[in-house]
Amino acid sequence: MASAFASSRTNGPEVVKELAFFAVIALMMSVMILGVETVDRPTGLELAVRWDLVLLAIGSTVVGRLGLIFRRENISRLGQAILITVSAVAVFEMFVRFRDMDDRWASPVFLDMAFSSVVSVIVSIAFLAIIFAAAYFSMKDKTAVEVDESAKLSSKIQLMYRSNTKKIGLIGIIFFIIFPFIFGEDRSAIDLATLVMIYIMLGWGLNIVVGLAGLLDLGYVAFYAVGAYSYALLSQNFDLSFWLCLPLAGIFAASFGIVLGFPVLRLRGDYLAIVTLGFGEIIRVVLINWYDLTGGPDGISSIERPSFFGMAEFSRRVPEGSIGFGELFGMDYSSMHRLIFLYYLILALALVTNFVTMRLRKLPIGRAWEALREDEIACRSLGINPTNTKLSAFAIGAMFGGFAGAFFATRQGFISPESFTFLESAVILAIVVLGGMGSQIGVVLAAIVMIGFPEMFRELAEYRMLIFGAGIVAIMLWRPRGLLSFRDPTILLNMSQKEKVAGEMK
Amino acid sequence: MDWAYFLQQLINGLTLGAIYGLIAIGYTMVYGIIGMINFAHGEIYMLGAFHSLITFLICQAAGISGILPLTLLLMLFVSMVLTSIYGWGVERVAYRPLRGSFRLAALISAIGMSIFLQNFVQISQGARVKPMQPLVEGGITLMDNGKFDVQLSYMQIVIIVLTLVLMVVFSLLIAKTSLGRAQRACEQDRTMAGLLGVNVDRTISTTFVMGAALASVAGMMVTLYYGVIDFYIGFLAGVKAFTAAVLGGIGSLPGAMLGGLLIGLIEAFWSGYLTIEYKDVATFGILVLVLIFRPWGLLGKPEVEKV
Repeated sequence: MASAFASSRTNGPEVVKELAFFAVIALMMSVMILGVETVDRPTGLELAVRWDLVLLAIGSTVVGRLGLIFRRENISRLGQAILITVSAVAVFEMFVRFRDMDDRWASPVFLDMAFSSVVSVIVSIAFLAIIFAAAYFSMKDKTAVEVDESAKLSSKIQLMYRSNTKKIGLIGIIFFIIFPFIFGEDRSAIDLATLVMIYIMLGWGLNIVVGLAGLLDLGYVAFYAVGAYSYALLSQNFDLSFWLCLPLAGIFAASFGIVLGFPVLRLRGDYLAIVTLGFGEIIRVVLINWYDLTGGPDGISSIERPSFFGMAEFSRRVPEGSIGFGELFGMDYSSMHRLIFLYYLILALALVTNFVTMRLRKLPIGRAWEALREDEIACRSLGINPTNTKLSAFAIGAMFGGFAGAFFATRQGFISPESFTFLESAVILAIVVLGGMGSQIGVVLAAIVMIGFPEMFRELAEYRMLIFGAGIVAIMLWRPRGLLSFRDPTILLNMSQKEKVAGEMK
Repeated sequence: MDWAYFLQQLINGLTLGAIYGLIAIGYTMVYGIIGMINFAHGEIYMLGAFHSLITFLICQAAGISGILPLTLLLMLFVSMVLTSIYGWGVERVAYRPLRGSFRLAALISAIGMSIFLQNFVQISQGARVKPMQPLVEGGITLMDNGKFDVQLSYMQIVIIVLTLVLMVVFSLLIAKTSLGRAQRACEQDRTMAGLLGVNVDRTISTTFVMGAALASVAGMMVTLYYGVIDFYIGFLAGVKAFTAAVLGGIGSLPGAMLGGLLIGLIEAFWSGYLTIEYKDVATFGILVLVLIFRPWGLLGKPEVEKV
C-alpha cells in the first residue's frame, strides 16, 4: 500500500509541505508530554516548561523525514546518511536532557560529553560512525531488481545457515560450556550469563507452544511463577531438597498447563492470547492476595540453595554431617563455586529443553503440532485430535517453564509476585518471535540481544525499557519474521532444499 | 437485601463501565478493520489522562481554572486532539509497515510500542502518582435509609452523559457518513474497497484516530473521577477494555459498549459484595467463561471457519 505521499512527484513546495506537516505532528505530540513537566510540590503539582525538548523533537523529526524523502526519491546516499545521523543525535540529545537540566539554555550535552575526554571523543565518533554506516548501507531505494538481489543474498545466507545448523549449534554449546573458564573470576559476567541462560530456557520452552504448535501464549510467566513458588513452598514447608523439588515443580506447572489449557485451547489465535494473558494476571493477583500461603507482596525469602547433588554444600559454614564443595574436590572455598555450579545447572536444564524439543519434533506428536500450526482444518479431517495435541504442547511448554521457575527461585533465594508480571511474558514472547518462531538458535540470539545487551547498559537504567520497547518495534519493522526467519515444517512432501527456500521467499 | 447499597454499586458500576466501554470501542474498531489487537491502546488512554491533567495545570497557571465549563471543554478538546495524533502516529510507525505481514508481527510490534510509550511517559513525566484536585464536586443524594446514603455525584452524571453522547455521535458517524461507509467497507474486504476507490490507508488511520479520541475522553474522565493517575494505568485498563470488547463481540460497536458496562458492573458488584482483592480475577473469569461458551461474544456474529 503506497503511503499518502509516496506517489507525489517531489518538487520544492511538495517537500516543504510534507516537512511542515511532520513538524506540526511532532509539535503536537511533544508539546505537552515533553514540553511541560509536572513537578510534585507540597502544595500540589506545578509546571516546568522544557521548550528545548520540543525543539529537539521537531528538529529530529523534520531532519529524519528529509532523510526518508531523500531515500524515497533516491537522492544521494551520503546525504541520506548524514540526515539520519543528525536526526539520531538530536534524539539522543533529547533523551539525555530528560535528566535534570537546570539550565535549558545549556550547550548540547552531546557536544559536552563528546569533548570531555579522549575516550569520549573516540566513543562519540564511533557512535556517529555506527549510525552513519547503518544509515548509509540500509538506505537504498528498493527497486524490484534490488529486492530480488537481496532476496537471493538472504536465501544464500539461509541455505548456508541451514546446512550448517548442527555445526553452529555445536560451536554455541562449546562456547557456553567453556564460558566460565574464560570469565571464571568475573562475578557479573557469570551472573549475566546465567540470566541470559534462564531466558534462553524460557524461550525454548515457549517455543514449543508458540513456535511449534502455533499457539499464542501471552501468559507464559504464570507457569514460571508456578514452578518458582512450588519449589519455594515445598522446600520451606516440607523441607524437601532442590533435586526432589525440581521434577515436582515441572509436574505442577504441567498440570497447571493442562487445567488452564483444557477449557481455552479450543479458541483461535488472538482470543487464546488474551485468555492466557488473563490467566497470567490471575495467578499474579492470587499470589499477591493469598497472604497465608505465598506471603503476599512480600514474597518468600531465604529459599534454600541447591546442594551439589546432595553430596556437598556450597556455603562457607557447612552444616554438621555434610561436607563443603571445595573440600570434596580438594579446593579452597570460593563463593564463585556456587555461581558457576548454578550456571552449569541452568545450562544443563536449557540443553535438556533443547534436546527434548528437537526429539519431539521428530515424533508423531511434534509432527502433529507443526501440522496443526499450518492448517487446523486439514488436521482435523485427518483424524488428529486438535485439543489433545495442543494440550500436550501447552503442558510440555509449561513443564519447562516450571523447571526454569524452580531454578530461578533457588538462584535468587527470594521470590515475589513482582518477578512475574506481564512484562516478563512479553519479554519471553518477544525473544521467541524475534528469534524467528520455531528456530532454536534464533532464540539464543534473541535472548542475548534482548537480555544481554540491556543488562550491560545498567547505567542507563531509566532508559533501558524505553530502548527495549523501541528495539522490539524496530526489529519487527526490519525483520518481521524474526532474526533467523524461517518457520518451515521439519518435513515436507517432495520438496528439495532449494524449493523450500524459494517457497518461503514468496 | 439492602437496596440502597445495591443501587450505589449499580451507579458506580455504570460509571466504571462507561469508561471501559469508551476504551473498548477503540479495540473493537481496530480489530474489526485490520484484525489486530492494538495492544498499545491502553497506553493511548493513559496519554489521554496525562494530556488532560497537563491541560488543566496550564489552565490553572493561566488563571482560567475558575471558569469550570471552559476548563473542562479545553481539557476535553486538547486531550482529544493531541492524543488522537498519538493514535495516528502509533499506527503509522509501528503497524502500517507490518500490514500484510504475518499476524504475530503486528502484535509483537504493538507490545513493543506499549512498553515504549509507558516508559516514555515515565521518563518524561516521572514515575510518581500524579494527584489531581476534584473539579466537579457534590452530587445528589438519591436515597437515605438512615445508615447508608446513595450518592450520585455530578461527576458520575457527567461521565455517563458524555459517554452516551459520544456513543450516539460515533454510531451515527459509522452508520451515516461516507467515512463510516468506507470503514465498514474496509472491514468487509480491504482489497475490494481499495479497488472501488476507498482510500484504505486513510480509512485505517482515521479508525485509529477515532479510537484514540474516545480513549482520551476515558482518560480524562478517569483523571477527574479518581483524581490520581500514573504512567502505568494503561495496562490494566487496556486489558479490561479488551475483555469488554471480546465479551460484547469484537467488531461490534454496541457490543463494546455493552461489554464495557457489564465488566464495570461485575467489578463494582464483586468488590461491593465479595472480595475487592479478587475483582480482576472475576473479570478474567467472566472472559474465560464467555470465550468458552460463546466465543463470538454477546452481540457478535459467529465466525465460520473456511478452508
